[in-house]
Amino acid sequence: MILLAFILQTLRIAVPYLLAAAGGVMSERVGIIALGLEGLMLSGAFGAALGSYYGNSPWAGLLGALVAGGLITSLLAVSTIRFRANQVVVGVAINLIVAASTRYFLRLVFDSSSNSPRVPGFGGEGIGNAMFASFLNPVVWIGLAALPALGWVLYRTPFGLRVRAVGEKPEAAATLGVAVNPMRLKGLYIAGALASLGGAYLALDQHQFTDGMTAGRGFIALAAVIFGRWEPVRVGVACLLFAGAETLQIQLQGAQLVPSQFVEMIPYVLTIVALAGVVGRSVAPAALGKTD
Amino acid sequence: MSTTALKSTRVWEAVLPAVVALGLAAVLGDLLILSFGESPAAVWTLLVKGTWGNAYGIGQVLYKATTLTCTGLAFAMAGRAGLFNVGAEGQLAAGGFGAAVMGLLLPSALPAVLAIPLCVVSAMMVGAAVGALPGALRAKFGASEVIVTIMLNFIVLALLNWIVSAKLHLPETLRTPDIAAGNVPRLADTFAMFRGSAANFTLLFAVAAAVAGWWYLFRTRSGYELRAVGLQPEAAEYGGVKVPRVLFVSMAISGALAGLGGVNFVLGYKGYYEEGFAGGAGFLGIAVALVGRNHPFGILAAALLFATLSQGGLAVNAVVPKQLTDILTAAVILSVATAVPEVQQQIRAAAASVTASLARKSTQGVGA
Repeated sequence: MILLAFILQTLRIAVPYLLAAAGGVMSERVGIIALGLEGLMLSGAFGAALGSYYGNSPWAGLLGALVAGGLITSLLAVSTIRFRANQVVVGVAINLIVAASTRYFLRLVFDSSSNSPRVPGFGGEGIGNAMFASFLNPVVWIGLAALPALGWVLYRTPFGLRVRAVGEKPEAAATLGVAVNPMRLKGLYIAGALASLGGAYLALDQHQFTDGMTAGRGFIALAAVIFGRWEPVRVGVACLLFAGAETLQIQLQGAQLVPSQFVEMIPYVLTIVALAGVVGRSVAPAALGKTD
Repeated sequence: MSTTALKSTRVWEAVLPAVVALGLAAVLGDLLILSFGESPAAVWTLLVKGTWGNAYGIGQVLYKATTLTCTGLAFAMAGRAGLFNVGAEGQLAAGGFGAAVMGLLLPSALPAVLAIPLCVVSAMMVGAAVGALPGALRAKFGASEVIVTIMLNFIVLALLNWIVSAKLHLPETLRTPDIAAGNVPRLADTFAMFRGSAANFTLLFAVAAAVAGWWYLFRTRSGYELRAVGLQPEAAEYGGVKVPRVLFVSMAISGALAGLGGVNFVLGYKGYYEEGFAGGAGFLGIAVALVGRNHPFGILAAALLFATLSQGGLAVNAVVPKQLTDILTAAVILSVATAVPEVQQQIRAAAASVTASLARKSTQGVGA
């Protein structure tokens, strides 16, 4: 029973990571550095709260998340693809712009500096066992399916072949008649949609938007992308690993075996180790960060 | 093209994106203010009055500009070597912590002439160590410094959080005890009009760092090598520059500069290290360096601009949310980053067509 509780909690914690990391893989596979995941998630969370509040339904919340994420993705796409702006700077700017504007609109729309009012989420209140209730949430299933599906798309479909070509060798892809920038645009919008659903999950699960509620999850997802070497299945395993460590941390809080700060560090330390190539080097898509 | 024409082209390339960005930010700001049902003119007036309109406001702007100058220089120093140091946030915090630990260890009887330099050196050394690690991983293994510095931010902040909360905090707080030695005097101690503001003489360290950074980059051999690596690493290597060494050194210097910024809060303002004091100033350094075009003197000016926006947010907070200016700051970063390649392309195309038409005229002259 304890093991089952552990697995269920790990899966719940992993859902936003899985969604954002799937977006991260998609974005980096078309050659755009996924530094803006945190901002995309946060915009999705805010959009979800807004949509769910005004539409009085979690489905409207999902729609709101996709619209908000789409807006931010458009900013990202115009600056990096059309204007070839530096992707690192744009990523940082996107995160800042979303952090600031969600606070601004929180005050404008809900007249609060910390959180939105309670919004409808995906049911489950009537069910006795809260642990299973969250699995009535369709976003959980989308999250669990996202990376395996992405793996299938990348390696088994013509679209995926083009995505990989654009991210590895855009000149070659262009020579073979693949329109490079439109492919990047498609990839980026898919990435934005996935990441904003990750944020929507957080807001709908907690039935409200709170200021800065993504709390670095976008960066943990980015860490998972790199630690998983840009391979969807490996990335999924990395997400589950990071989520498992967090769950362990939560469940052992009373025991105080390891200070919580050290558990927080795990994803980041592992990523640096993977990049330094101590055990099997992480190598990025060849054209990552080069849009000119 | 004549050298003066080339020079004016360069100036335009540097200034135009910032002008475009500020124009866009002003329009966006107007819209946001209107969305709150307030008058843009009144809010802008309030912003200017609350920053440059009185000595307290000016002092606060100078205080914020001090930290931003340091983190901006940090980003620029790595940027000139072709590297992205996204880790100034962690280096800034680590530097502040280094200053505080030295200040706690030194005897309180130690005169300020000795204590302050020791604390400043400690801040810069700790910052340099945090910057040097991604530099080393990049130089030795080719690990992306972008990712390593981002990840290191989280690691450093968590580590400092643990040290302070587990070993070094005053009860019921997330701060260290007051430092015994090394306090940097406030500007108000000398100029009474700045009373109440946090501005302090760390300001002089930041200006000195900008001048030293300029001297290093443009007047020394090592700085020349650093810029050569940034412009064209293969060519620099062919010219005999040890590229990995330059990458390592530039990241260490970059970290040291960010670490210096920690002095401003710890030694100059509070007299102790406090959890979360960096508060995004490390990331804003990217904005400062970008608008300052990675030039130390440009950075001084850009730091004043972003410090004004940051303080201005507080000045207008009663009327519109202070996040207004945070949004504008981010909008400036985004539009400068977006405008730079476009402006370069346009100006170069225009310059090329002018040169071409001049060349045509001169050949016609010869013909006639």
